[in-house]
Amino acid sequence: MSDAVKTVDDMEFSPAAAPLAEKLLDPALEILARYPLGRQRSALLPLLHLVQTAEGQVSPAGVAFCAEVLGINKAQVGAVATFYTMYKRRPAGEYLVSVCTNTLCNVMGGQEVYDQLVEHLGVGHDETTADGKITLEHAECLAACDYAPVVTVNYDFTVDEATPEAAVGMVEKLRAGERPTPSRGARLCTLRETQWQLAGYADDRDGAVADGVAGAPTLRGVTLAQEHGVAVADFNPDTPIATTKPARDESAKPVKDASPARRKRAEPGRGAPATGGKDPQVRTAEERHPNAATPARGNPVTSSGRPAPTNPAEAEGMAGNAPAGDAKPAGDTERGESIVSEASAAQERGGPEEKK
Amino acid sequence: MTQPRREVLQKLTPVLTKRWLSPDAWKIDTYERLDGYSALRKALDVHPDDLIQLVKDSGLRGRGGAGFPTGLKWNFIPQGDGKPHYLVINADEGEPGTCKDLPLMTYDPHSLVEGAIIASYAIRASRAFIYIRGEAVHAARRLRYAVREAYAKGYLGENILGSGFDLDLVVHSGAGAYICGEETALLDSLEGFRGQPRLRPPFPAVAGLYASPTVVNNVGTIASVPYIVLGGADWWKSMGTEKSSGPMIYSLSGRIANPGQYECGLGITLRELIELAGGMKPGHSLKFWTPGGSSTPLLTAEHIDTPMDFEGVAAAGSILGTTAMQIFSDQDCPVYATWRWLEFYHHESCGKCTPCREGNYWMVRTYRRILSGEGTPADLDTLQDTADNIFGRSFCGLGDGAATPVVSTLKWFRQDYLDYIEGRTAPRLSAKALVGAH
Repeated sequence: MSDAVKTVDDMEFSPAAAPLAEKLLDPALEILARYPLGRQRSALLPLLHLVQTAEGQVSPAGVAFCAEVLGINKAQVGAVATFYTMYKRRPAGEYLVSVCTNTLCNVMGGQEVYDQLVEHLGVGHDETTADGKITLEHAECLAACDYAPVVTVNYDFTVDEATPEAAVGMVEKLRAGERPTPSRGARLCTLRETQWQLAGYADDRDGAVADGVAGAPTLRGVTLAQEHGVAVADFNPDTPIATTKPARDESAKPVKDASPARRKRAEPGRGAPATGGKDPQVRTAEERHPNAATPARGNPVTSSGRPAPTNPAEAEGMAGNAPAGDAKPAGDTERGESIVSEASAAQERGGPEEKK
Repeated sequence: MTQPRREVLQKLTPVLTKRWLSPDAWKIDTYERLDGYSALRKALDVHPDDLIQLVKDSGLRGRGGAGFPTGLKWNFIPQGDGKPHYLVINADEGEPGTCKDLPLMTYDPHSLVEGAIIASYAIRASRAFIYIRGEAVHAARRLRYAVREAYAKGYLGENILGSGFDLDLVVHSGAGAYICGEETALLDSLEGFRGQPRLRPPFPAVAGLYASPTVVNNVGTIASVPYIVLGGADWWKSMGTEKSSGPMIYSLSGRIANPGQYECGLGITLRELIELAGGMKPGHSLKFWTPGGSSTPLLTAEHIDTPMDFEGVAAAGSILGTTAMQIFSDQDCPVYATWRWLEFYHHESCGKCTPCREGNYWMVRTYRRILSGEGTPADLDTLQDTADNIFGRSFCGLGDGAATPVVSTLKWFRQDYLDYIEGRTAPRLSAKALVGAH
């Protein structure tokens, strides 16, 4: 087994996850620290964004890395990764060009914009040009209907009130290595840099946060009001609040959940949260429904958490049958590796031990 | 383009949108100069229960679509239960037509942060999350920057402004799933799961995030709170109607001269809003429109004088929703529009409930058949039947939302369907047009 598991400092990762762990363990642990103790699974969405910064997609290795950092199994991560459209299952290009083709953008010309880009780039939905520059997609409502039809690049609003010509001109610039100025978003960066921000990190590029002025449609109502001197009357910021109680008493204090200590790479004991030896699926159920662990009233409970059998025959049958999990894939181990690969690894080492 | 009349202009109520005119309002120094964080100081000087009462008195109702009274929602949080409480802000704006929260977070992010601190104090939460739509990267940039500034100034973190109140605020980006705008799906997503709705009860107020009492509020709702704290409940109620108080950001898009965001008191009519927007686009006349995003039953030109508040729109047989008015003209086809919405609902159905998952799949196919000129009159019955079997038979509102454009276009525009079926309208879909279909 010596070469089956690689070690990064003191935390063990499977061979599949180890290369990503080398690159991403520190930010991954920072992300975990944002969520309450014992609730680290909340970090899964940002972790998947993080994995994409290194891989341009969520590959099986990325799934394994997330699973091992969180102490859940790969099926649980895979179920989440495949649910959300922003997690790509093929390597995406440097720029993701999204055209809104939902109803309003569609009738305002978004479908023509999309069709023209398909023809011009020679790729379809969720496909990448051969030079690896551009992934094209048609998107659902991008929440900018007052600028319809809209085109985003790496999710930043880049072409408003788009025409096929404007969109083609923009992608040509991208292919030529230029970075056109987005209409309302920040200066363009690569998709992987955007994904770094999606993982919850600030955009530290000089001036990027300040980029993007409000367009005329956004300001239309408030500008009209200003031009015509319309304001809401009688606004007095010192209006008193009716009080019935003193400001500070015990009933005003929140109950706090536990924050995890920020773990650094060099500290021992960091990595996956303590699992208490429980199956990930059981842990998940208990965390989400604290009452799930409550034993049935009046019945003695066996060590597995099931009610004790009431007669010897039942006891015998129970002893011989492990309970079937309701979601955990058969054969997965605590760490998420399949027993099939373990068995084949054992064979490579000279056959199963029982045959000795 | 026509100039709006004075009496219509007077219906504008720039409150939440006012700071958008200051290009640097997203920076904390500018924000502070424009009344920023003064509501927080005021709020921390009173008991949380008095704040809840203030919000109740203001009549503020949720801005995310359902219009539930905000103070009541806060009041449902059991106090003294020994559990941590959470505030979760729903910033997963994605309802087709809706574009009010993204500009608010981009151009005035501190108003949301300040509202979040006040709301957390009121419900006794020491941890709050803003679940922002993944695609909203620029709004998230500004929001994360604002949160960092607020920490640096002592508005977030420990012992806020010396009050002894602590709050951690995390901006959490989603990953592209419309369903996560549904509050229980959002909570599942925030817990690191597939975003699928939960069966209620228990409601989030009792068992929400991490099975703890949780308030889930829309961006617009939370951003309204500082203004209520400053101006008081009576001032707030001077806008809007008796049962739908306050200002609302109306998102107008489509076949009008000046699409955009118009903040007016609740109860304004579409006729007045179109006037503010400079009239219809030349050569277009109003045919159908959504009062609050595509999940609300469509209305027609005859509903142009319906008051756009919760009660008025309900009386017209629709829902106020997110006040996202997508305006379509006589040059737009309601059958085509509905097909495209259904492609959306079909794509975004999370797959949990059979009626929504399967029903949308089949309705999309029926629409494609009609639009490619191969429909039969029986298809209309099939559509009606399918929609009826989706409506009210799913865990969350996505299924209902998908059924509404079908039912409402069949009701108002049956002839448009028959024109395709009977060959009077040329087919809209060909192999090329279907490239964009999933």
